[in-house]
Amino acid sequence: MKFLRRKLDDLRYPFRKGGKWEKFAPAINAFDTFLFVPNHTTHKGSHIRDSVDLKRTMSTVIIALLPALIYGIYNSGYQYYSQLDTPFTFLDAFIHGSWKILPMVFVSYFVGLTIEFIFAVYRGHEVNEGYLVTGLLIPMIMPIDIPLWMVAISVAFSVVIAKEAFGGTGMNILNPALTARAFAFFAYPTYMSGNKVWVSEASNVDAISGETILGSLAAGEEIKYSVAEMFYGSIPGSIAETSVLYILVGAVILIFTGVGSWRIMLSGILGASLVGYLFNLWGANPLMSFSWINHLLVGGFAFGIVFMATDPVTATQTNKGKWIYGFLIGVFCILIRVFNPAYPEGVFLAILLMNVFAPTIDHYIIESNIKRRRKRWNQNLPKII
Amino acid sequence: MSKESNKSINKKKSSLLFINKEREPLFSKKNRVLLTDPLDDNNPITVQVLGICSALAITVQLEPAVVMSLSVVAVMGASNVIVSLLRNLIPNRIRIIVQLVVVASMVVLVDQILKAYAYDVYKELSIFIGLIITNCIVMGRLEAFALGNNVWRSFLDGIGNAAGYGLILIVVAFFRELFGSGKLYGFQVIPESVYDLGYENNGLMLLSPMALIIVGIYIWFQRSKNRKLIEKN
Repeated sequence: MKFLRRKLDDLRYPFRKGGKWEKFAPAINAFDTFLFVPNHTTHKGSHIRDSVDLKRTMSTVIIALLPALIYGIYNSGYQYYSQLDTPFTFLDAFIHGSWKILPMVFVSYFVGLTIEFIFAVYRGHEVNEGYLVTGLLIPMIMPIDIPLWMVAISVAFSVVIAKEAFGGTGMNILNPALTARAFAFFAYPTYMSGNKVWVSEASNVDAISGETILGSLAAGEEIKYSVAEMFYGSIPGSIAETSVLYILVGAVILIFTGVGSWRIMLSGILGASLVGYLFNLWGANPLMSFSWINHLLVGGFAFGIVFMATDPVTATQTNKGKWIYGFLIGVFCILIRVFNPAYPEGVFLAILLMNVFAPTIDHYIIESNIKRRRKRWNQNLPKII
Repeated sequence: MSKESNKSINKKKSSLLFINKEREPLFSKKNRVLLTDPLDDNNPITVQVLGICSALAITVQLEPAVVMSLSVVAVMGASNVIVSLLRNLIPNRIRIIVQLVVVASMVVLVDQILKAYAYDVYKELSIFIGLIITNCIVMGRLEAFALGNNVWRSFLDGIGNAAGYGLILIVVAFFRELFGSGKLYGFQVIPESVYDLGYENNGLMLLSPMALIIVGIYIWFQRSKNRKLIEKN
């Protein structure tokens, strides 16, 4: 440890105040705080400084994401080999997935952090840890075969337009990861939707069908996957969204550490189940009569509601607001799925829509609280005097 | 000191009495500002945020954007001149109606000319030529400027604002056509070999939200370059 510290201090020397590379200090500082806990001390007054800072929050989310990511890497290989009907080992599948997914993760981090660093130097502040999670989320919600340059452009768009234009980490209105997906979805629809993109090499090899469950439902075809497979996640889909089991592991980590809000997750599930159940009663087409429990298991709903909707920056801040926000995400998700055959998956649009409405929800909740308390105060006034 | 101020008062008096005696040159500094101000400092789209609607609708390709800008230049120049000529005759209460009639006749004129000489573009622009009538910039300049200024100045103001509007239209259309369909003014700019490497046109560029985003980026750059536009809170 001491060795590392000494090396880092040596490395820091040209970046000191008045040094040769003072302007680029955010780079070395970001590296430093990533390795060591920054030794900030409070100078004035008494404060309690909790060790749960932005860095620890973000690392917790990354740990929560890892099970889903690792399963996603395995699953993309599994889908490929099992559809080709060739014998394969666990390692084969894992290597196939890594070969496809790790470059995407690398490109996403490289492009995103470069842009963040340029803005940090230009604006004279430190690089924030916020991008660590976004950079991992973006490849996780992309189809497996998307070209790397499309990932790079989506990342650049989301970091510049959705984040830096609004003032950087903590100021964004829309979730940057979902903005990247929305950008890719509307800019390159042939790579982001349809029945050829969800299993690796499906567009090159005829034997592979890249259809997702929701896609085949929208097309009115039979589903060949069981409920257990939907839950465990051995189905085609975006890289890390398929396995409800491993997403639940992540959800437990988020709820247990208090990083993600259980209110949003629970109310989202309630909203989706309610609307799904109502559609089951109606049952006019295959998507409507698709059981409401299965609606919770397939597509990106579980991933979105656990990792995207609970983003503390873009979600509502009040507790009552979280119930409304999550509930409406669930409702809109199923509504978009069922009513719009062009978008078999609606969860990312639902979350982006509610991101926009989150400040309004908060505003009315705070206003009503103020009104209620003022009324109570007015009623009690005569008694006190 | 007192002599000088006396002189200036005399000068003022004389200029008040004989307005036409001291003629301004046609392109004096004051008049030139009327042309250049709307291009940057007081751009109708990016600073006043008027006329956004047509900036979204007809900027998918360069050609309709250029034709639209030229039409707006013609309509604004002509209607500013006419309203400025009539400015002392129009009763205040019905001035909006009169302005609308003037603008509408100009628009019909442009509409018919396009129909006769540029039918393909006319079909593409269709109702948007007619909707120049409702473009806030046209009415805004008539109300704010032409009703209170002489003919030449109103003409310059009309042309200047229309040019400011056209500038944004063309910039937005340039990026949308280049990245959305790989063409500029209908000609293929991005070579086939790039597509063979795996390049794809950006579909989002063809949708109207991207026009808003490009206008937003333009405003972002404009405000970071132009110190006059920085707001003080």
